[in-house]
Amino acid sequence: MLKFICPICEIETDETELTPGGEAHLKRMGPGSSDQNFYTYLFERKNPRGIHFERWLHSYGCGKWFHVARCTKTMEVFGTYSAQEIKPPKKILDAIKKKLPNGKNVK
Amino acid sequence: MVEQKHFFGGYALSEEFKINNLDSSEFIKNLEDDLSNNENVILKKNFSIVGVHDHSYLLGLENLEVLESEDHSSIRNRLWRIRTKHLILATGAIERPLVFAGNDIPGVILSSAANEFYKLYGISQGDRVILITNNDSAYSAVVELFNAGISIPLVIDVREKSVGELPLKVKDLGIRVEFGKAITKVLGKKRVKAVEICSVVGEGSVLETIICDSVLMSGGWTSTLNLWSHCGGKIKWDNQLNTLVPDETKQSTNELGQSFISVVGSAKGQFWPSELFDNMETVIKNICEIFNLKKIKYEKYQIKEIIHEKTSPISCVPESADENLKGKSFVDYQNDVKLTDLRIATQEGYESVEHLKRYTTLGMATDQGKLSNINGIKILSNLVGKEINEVGTTTFRPPYTPISLGSIAGEARKELFKPIRKTPMHKWHQENGAIWEPVGDWQRPYTYLRNNETKEEAVYREVKNTRNSLGILDASTLGKIIVSGNDAGEFLDLIYTNMMSTLKPGRCRYGLMCNENGFLFDDGVVARLNEKTFLCHTTTGGSDRVYSWMEEWHQTEWWDKKVFIQNLTEEYAQITIAGPKARLLLEKLGGLNVESKKFQPLDFIEGKLGNFEVRVFRISFSGELSFEIATPSANGEALWIRCLELGSELGITSYGTEALHIMRAEKGFIMIGDETDGTVIPQDLNLDWAISKKKKDFIGKRAHERTYMQDPNRKTLVGLSLKDSIQKIPDGAYALKSGGNGAEDVLGHITSTYFSPSLDKPIAMALLKNGKSLKGQEVDIPLESGNKLRAIVVDPQFYDIEGKRQNV
Repeated sequence: MLKFICPICEIETDETELTPGGEAHLKRMGPGSSDQNFYTYLFERKNPRGIHFERWLHSYGCGKWFHVARCTKTMEVFGTYSAQEIKPPKKILDAIKKKLPNGKNVK
Repeated sequence: MVEQKHFFGGYALSEEFKINNLDSSEFIKNLEDDLSNNENVILKKNFSIVGVHDHSYLLGLENLEVLESEDHSSIRNRLWRIRTKHLILATGAIERPLVFAGNDIPGVILSSAANEFYKLYGISQGDRVILITNNDSAYSAVVELFNAGISIPLVIDVREKSVGELPLKVKDLGIRVEFGKAITKVLGKKRVKAVEICSVVGEGSVLETIICDSVLMSGGWTSTLNLWSHCGGKIKWDNQLNTLVPDETKQSTNELGQSFISVVGSAKGQFWPSELFDNMETVIKNICEIFNLKKIKYEKYQIKEIIHEKTSPISCVPESADENLKGKSFVDYQNDVKLTDLRIATQEGYESVEHLKRYTTLGMATDQGKLSNINGIKILSNLVGKEINEVGTTTFRPPYTPISLGSIAGEARKELFKPIRKTPMHKWHQENGAIWEPVGDWQRPYTYLRNNETKEEAVYREVKNTRNSLGILDASTLGKIIVSGNDAGEFLDLIYTNMMSTLKPGRCRYGLMCNENGFLFDDGVVARLNEKTFLCHTTTGGSDRVYSWMEEWHQTEWWDKKVFIQNLTEEYAQITIAGPKARLLLEKLGGLNVESKKFQPLDFIEGKLGNFEVRVFRISFSGELSFEIATPSANGEALWIRCLELGSELGITSYGTEALHIMRAEKGFIMIGDETDGTVIPQDLNLDWAISKKKKDFIGKRAHERTYMQDPNRKTLVGLSLKDSIQKIPDGAYALKSGGNGAEDVLGHITSTYFSPSLDKPIAMALLKNGKSLKGQEVDIPLESGNKLRAIVVDPQFYDIEGKRQNV
């Protein structure tokens, strides 16, 4: 069972307190977007074996969404951050880079 | 520190060695005493760690059955959820059987089992006991049994020789030891009678038959590494040690990407106590580093142990046994997998260990291969001519040992399985004949039975009474969500398909919500309480979903909008008063001006109705003159009873969800979950009028622009009227082209169907392909009986189409 630090409560939370919300940092495609872009936004989700940025909801806690940088293979967590961040914070990207210096994803 | 068995020490109690001049059993006893006196240590027996999961989460099962009688406790098992920083596995090893013909006959037993039975419980296996082994350790059982006075006619060692201490000791005791020999087969059916002895090499020609009543066997030891690999740790075969060992280069890691498991003792292939103690020093050093602890002084122990010779890799004998013998040589005892089965599997091409397992069920019994897997893999590697590490092992998965479902389900059963939500009027319903219907997590009255009524009669009475005079409904289960703030209107414009920002304070508007796919998922009436505050009603089943939906969009997409959202569903009781005499009742309650000119449809007013603080909405889901009265939950029951008291002379009747459904269907109002199924857009339900054309954006707008959503052949909502039948159309039935037969003629399906007491005929709604073009045409409804009903496609409004009744 996974555990993350909820960045709002700043406490360690068990997976049973949380609800997963899939890929983070999607850009919403509204009216006026092309069919292809809208299709990609609706259905095409990344599902990597390796580093993944994802959304979690602290549903049995503060009720807030937050983001997690996690390796889907080793379950290593590189950090959690606010759902209102447009991009992963530098601190987290640095931690990932340190782990995978050649920039390639986990094999 | 947990131990699966009811005592600490494991096999060290059976196999004697000395530590600091103490017997192993005494040393362990002292250690246990020391630890149990330490407040910082929890010692648990009858306790298994059954799973090692992500982020160093362990599941433990404590077996309390042993204690049950003492404590008079009804708890059999207790499940422990443990987060560990570090896990030390001293899980030991499990002895392997040898594979020979008749190795399943009762009386054939592992040498370690026989030894433990005797040493710990004083049970002997038989009176004339034979041992067959490929290693030294099994000899210790023979020594024990011999000293207990049991006759040992023969020890068969499949190795060419061994000059280990134990074999020499056995010889010294005068026991006959034969090297390079094996068992052709065990004679006997329900019990061992004798064994036929042969040479290891060759086909098993019988050299000698020896009478005995028990056979001990030992095929070496397999390290128990299940827990090591549950969470991703890899294992490898060690030819020298003849066992699996942990592959330290591929360890399980925790959330920090660090290894959190250390393995010690025979689980690591370190079978000798001296090796274990040497290794412990490294493990402790390592743990001190992880936890930034000062170095702990490590006591050196003086160990006196017996030196063993090498174990032979031989696992099945004799080497060239014929098919007849192979057909009686069991590899997996629980699933009856024999040598011949493995041969056939590889012959059929199931050469991968994963295929072999599934084809033969090797290792798939409740022991999950703890006894059989290594022998199976060794045999497979011989059959396909590959090294064991090339063949590989199957994956160990939790639980390590079978656990009861009750221990996992725990208290989640009966009334605690799923809590029931009850409205403030629940008790009254209960006392007044309510038949319950679960709606979402709620219990709602389906209908109220009086005297000897049938359910159907009760429902029709409720509908007729409401249409003719007065009905009262508990609508407290409706979702009630407050959206408040400077940007509340703007935010709701994005959530609903309608324009909500133009709604005037004091007014209500029926609104629809779609998801990003454009599909309709909830509806309800929105009231604007003041400039900054909206009260959004949702469906009964949808309140939590809609609340989370709004929160999600606010937090993750439109966090710049200044709003806050609060779910007040349970804070208010809501009572619907419907029927031609509804206004009379409100006047009797008194305190509010409910004249039709002052209080128009879709208005709401706040104030005191009698002594009750209320908010009254003039909205109608029944098509009758109707008021919905909201009051704080604490007053719900009192107001409900007051309404019934004052309404009695007006002929009031309480009605349930079925009457509610019938009346809304008579009016052609849709119900989320009946007319919608997650693939229906509002346009399919002729609800274009509730979709704003002016708004630049709302959730679902982009999806509605897709070509498929505008296809004229989409299924659209129609009404169905039966030609010459009073039979109700079955729920969910198909509608076919008139005279049609088969899938290509299916036009759609029935979404709602009732017998209408108001019209005295059956009515139904259906979603039919290009429904609008079918108006006036006939369609067939095939029945289970093979007959068909013939229906006419009509508008989905059946009763009071002009809406005269509600606008009085």
